[in-house]
Amino acid sequence: MSIPQEHDYIGLSEPLPSEKISYKMAAAAAAAEGVSPSLNAEKIGAFNLKETELRLGLPGSEAPERKGGIGIGVSLFGKELKDESVCVKSFVSGAKRGFSHAINGAGKWGLSIHGGSAADLGGNGGPNVKEEIPAVKAVEERKNEASITAPASKAQVVGWPPIRSFRKNTLATNTPKKDDVAGKSGSGCLYIKVSMDGAPYLRKIDLKTYCSYAEISSALEKMFSCFTIGQCGQGLAAKEHLSESHLMDLLHGSEYVLTYEDKDGDWMLVGDVPWEMFTDSCRRLRIMKGSDAIGLAPRTMQKSKSQN
Amino acid sequence: MDQDHKKLKESSFPCEVLEKVLSFIDSHKDRSSASLVCKDWYDAERWTRSNLFIGNCYSVSPEIVARRFPKIKSVRLKGKPRFSDFNLLPQNWGANVHAWLVMFAKVYPSLEELRLKRMTVSDESLDLLARSFPGFKALSLSSCDGFTDEGLKAIATHCSFRLLGLVQMIIYQNLTELDIADSVTEDIGGGWLSCFPESFTSLEILNCASLQCEVSFDALERLVSRCKALRVLQVNESINLEQLQRLLVQVPHLTRLGTGSFMQELTVRQYKDLQTAFSNCKNLQALSGLWDATSVYLPFVYGACASLTFLNLSEANLRSGELAKLLPHCTSLRRLWVIDTVGDKGLEAVGSSCPLLEELRVFPLDPYDLDNQQGVTEAGFLAVSRGCPNLKYVLYFCRKMTNDAVVTIVQNCPDFTHFRLCIMNPGEPDHLTNEPMDEAFGAVTKTCTKLRRLSVSGLLTDKAFEYIGKFAKNLETLSVAFAGSSDRGMQCVLEGCPKLRKLEIRDCLFGNAALLSGLDKYETMRSLWMSACNLTIKGCKLLAKEMPRLNVEVIQDEWSDETHANKVYVYRSVAGPRRDTPPFVLTL
Repeated sequence: MSIPQEHDYIGLSEPLPSEKISYKMAAAAAAAEGVSPSLNAEKIGAFNLKETELRLGLPGSEAPERKGGIGIGVSLFGKELKDESVCVKSFVSGAKRGFSHAINGAGKWGLSIHGGSAADLGGNGGPNVKEEIPAVKAVEERKNEASITAPASKAQVVGWPPIRSFRKNTLATNTPKKDDVAGKSGSGCLYIKVSMDGAPYLRKIDLKTYCSYAEISSALEKMFSCFTIGQCGQGLAAKEHLSESHLMDLLHGSEYVLTYEDKDGDWMLVGDVPWEMFTDSCRRLRIMKGSDAIGLAPRTMQKSKSQN
Repeated sequence: MDQDHKKLKESSFPCEVLEKVLSFIDSHKDRSSASLVCKDWYDAERWTRSNLFIGNCYSVSPEIVARRFPKIKSVRLKGKPRFSDFNLLPQNWGANVHAWLVMFAKVYPSLEELRLKRMTVSDESLDLLARSFPGFKALSLSSCDGFTDEGLKAIATHCSFRLLGLVQMIIYQNLTELDIADSVTEDIGGGWLSCFPESFTSLEILNCASLQCEVSFDALERLVSRCKALRVLQVNESINLEQLQRLLVQVPHLTRLGTGSFMQELTVRQYKDLQTAFSNCKNLQALSGLWDATSVYLPFVYGACASLTFLNLSEANLRSGELAKLLPHCTSLRRLWVIDTVGDKGLEAVGSSCPLLEELRVFPLDPYDLDNQQGVTEAGFLAVSRGCPNLKYVLYFCRKMTNDAVVTIVQNCPDFTHFRLCIMNPGEPDHLTNEPMDEAFGAVTKTCTKLRRLSVSGLLTDKAFEYIGKFAKNLETLSVAFAGSSDRGMQCVLEGCPKLRKLEIRDCLFGNAALLSGLDKYETMRSLWMSACNLTIKGCKLLAKEMPRLNVEVIQDEWSDETHANKVYVYRSVAGPRRDTPPFVLTL
């Protein structure tokens, strides 16, 4: 039951308080059941069902036992993932922590600026409330954006601290050059949300960094591979521009299908239109279960026919 | 009687004399004052003005400038509001220099100098610049964006002038595209250096330190070897120590040097050569660069430090010991920039080794990690203040501060003109007493009567702003973030600071009442920026209606809606509303 051992397995440098407890419990439970102390992540995961439990809550509300939890989602987002099977259990607490930290972070300054004195708060009744909501939403958004470039424990506020991004010898990560204004940019980045059925949180990607369907599908595969056994978008990876006949192969073949919501609010299958047209009209992406998407295809093909 | 009177008036002050006298006045503020005396003075002044300074490119139009000033030789032009440095302004907001260049080419063909700050400069504009002004001497692009290698090539090819500092360029998308480019057969970004013709020998200043790309060393070496008048050379990180040595032996008389990367495995021979090269730089006044400098290689520079007045270590993550060893060699130091890896201990060394210090900037290594306990605290600042009574300019990033410390600091250094304190956690109180930081800034404004620029941070209530309004009578620029407890705060500043020119506010709860309390004030200021505050479109519209000579612009982003105005930029202008607003900028 050596905690450092377990932590080494997961690849963390610093054991964190709440995790220590849960690992202890896991290891103890394991020992009690006669399992060897050198548990692998999946077994730990099995014992930590509570930690993996998906919970949806309003911003700012969270289960009390998680309050102190820093979570090991620090290395979750993106590049530092070493062990995919680990993230199944780790992302939840990490995501929650990042989220709550962001909210708490917001609360810290949100409250301090709004609550110099109770009297002031009262006096600013209406506008105050209005301010809270954008601020909280803002922090949420910022957290999502930040999570792509920085570990979840760092809650970033856009443009704060006021450091110029050219300073190379700081650990300052380059925050996205402009806010996510979907569809309003000419040159610039185009961040869109990507959701996957069954995943507890969304990701954001910059469509401008990809130039073909193959690229984006492999990137998404990497991003979401910890949630599936790597079947999403397999069909898409094969062809850059899909034709009608391939669509049907795709749907019957793979478990997941990539769809997008276009300008008109309709959900379309990815791959019909030329890449540029796609980036122009795409508002968000959704990795759908293949079974759900079958109903989508005929309509999609009809639409693309009518557009042609 | 009338005739005599007239003759008297004419002969007492012929305009040639007036013009001669006014031509000695350089300060544009003094010139503006002179031009207001009477019509004769206005005319004389406009004919003799040769240096044009425009602090906000939208406050006036090229046509108006062309009409008023016929003989301009040098131009300084500033564009975007300062918060654009921190990504608060969407791309393509504006401040494009092209329309200005077109006018300059037509009206001021003998233009010699152009200094731009925070403007968008396209390659097309650089090309126009390169071809339109035969006597052009100096180009400075500070925090500008929009151009690529091609634009620089045009300048290098067509101009044989003293290229003055491509200082702090921020190349947004373009260089990224260059990096991603499929064909990488030629030097990216360094190519323009090769475009200087072989006959070009007049370069005196070359600063490409912020270029993020490989620079062609061959071209650079050739350029340096034939430009014997070179006195400022600042290279970028791609130049290593060995290459630096080869450059230094060509130009030992440099006054300002920016090195490249300071980490490289060297032979004994190379080590010695470098030491010699540096020792031969007897005229060095400013030293920067020093990327990744460590205690192994830092001693090279000791020989060149005696005459240094400015040492920029903001790219070298030095620790306290390394700094402590370096500073005693810098006996003339006036300005010092460091990263907070030097810690409070390093700052103690500053206090004890740099009695002549006038400016200190401490940058954070890791600004975004709110849990991080590294860096500097009030102790370091105190130590510097005790040893450096001449301190006038400070920019200090820290995670902890106390009111008492600041009170003592300004007692030790009452001559501050620029006090920029950034406590990095928003709304952070005094870490010993848990009180707001109001008293700190009260002390700053009360004690430092010459204060012109102030940036506040930490937990602040309206009291801090009361102090500012009451005491900061020379304040010209104020930056506020995550502060204040009511509209009254902003009101105190607007009513109390007579010389206020620039007010930039973010993430405070000031609302329409605060905005409108400055109705009479904004025309005396250059600009007001308010983002993530409590402003509504209605409030901004009211301001726009009451003050028609102000441009009230609202920048739409995803956090604004029909009522909430998330980013507001207000500035005085004689040019009327902008004619080049992008779709997300709403002029009210």
